[in-house]
Amino acid sequence: MIGLTHYLIVAAIIFTIGVFGIFLNRKNVIIIMMSIELILLSVNINLVAFSSYLHDLVGQIFALLILTVAAGEAAIGLAILVTYFRNRGSIAVEDINLMKG
Amino acid sequence: MAITFFFYLFSLAAIASAMLVITARNPVHSVLFLILCFFNAAGLFVLLGAEFLAMILVVVYVGAVAVLFLFVVMMLDVDFVELREGFLDYLPIGGVIGLILLVEMILLVGTWTIAPDLIAHTSTPTIGDISNTQAIGQVLYTKYVFFFQMAGLILLVAMIGAIVLTMRHKPNLKRQVIADQVARGPATAVEIKNVKSGEGLQ
Repeated sequence: MIGLTHYLIVAAIIFTIGVFGIFLNRKNVIIIMMSIELILLSVNINLVAFSSYLHDLVGQIFALLILTVAAGEAAIGLAILVTYFRNRGSIAVEDINLMKG
Repeated sequence: MAITFFFYLFSLAAIASAMLVITARNPVHSVLFLILCFFNAAGLFVLLGAEFLAMILVVVYVGAVAVLFLFVVMMLDVDFVELREGFLDYLPIGGVIGLILLVEMILLVGTWTIAPDLIAHTSTPTIGDISNTQAIGQVLYTKYVFFFQMAGLILLVAMIGAIVLTMRHKPNLKRQVIADQVARGPATAVEIKNVKSGEGLQ
């Protein structure tokens, strides 16, 4: 029988893979953004699993809102990436020091 | 039994493709594995009874976000081999941190139970005899309509932001300026000269 714990462990593994991906690809912004998408997906799996096992629809509403924010984040992030590439000709993370921050 | 089989199928495929997303040599393959991962997550959602969210996940992520990623990866002329330098340098520290995080989360999830009377006190219980989509609609458009509108506003801001960031005007390109056309009147556009007979215009 598949319980709530099974889904939470799957979500935890995907979350860890996302964090691991950020460490592993420290130079490639595109892979870092995909890792962020994986992290948000694992949060969504958590919310939907809780929603299903507690018989409460709010979890699915929250998951919908997270989906919206993730889509907006991807659009803005990739737009910044394209603009940055146009200016510098590179997307390496360590070159991002234009503003000396 | 079938649910158990499909749960392990979808979750193992999701984890394997998530692992391939971060380790693939070619970013295009990474995006394709991300798509596979989202499909498997949608399968998990179907198993959980959230059909509407599963379909939304396929439409929004596979249809929009992943294609956007694919588009950007293919449009940018980047030397991805160079970007992979230092991959092995960060492997040990990343592995240690990931392992600690995973063990902590599994310990947390494994030793923790939900209070048995909690289900009786949830704020919006699922209704039995209507479909998942209808139930979400009944909750989303009544109780959470403010959040729904805010989500729409966030998407609008994201759209305008993306357009403003990426649109550029070429300086030597002639464009139609409607304001200049409308502001033109007889006073500025036409010059009347009085031509004397037999002399012509110089």
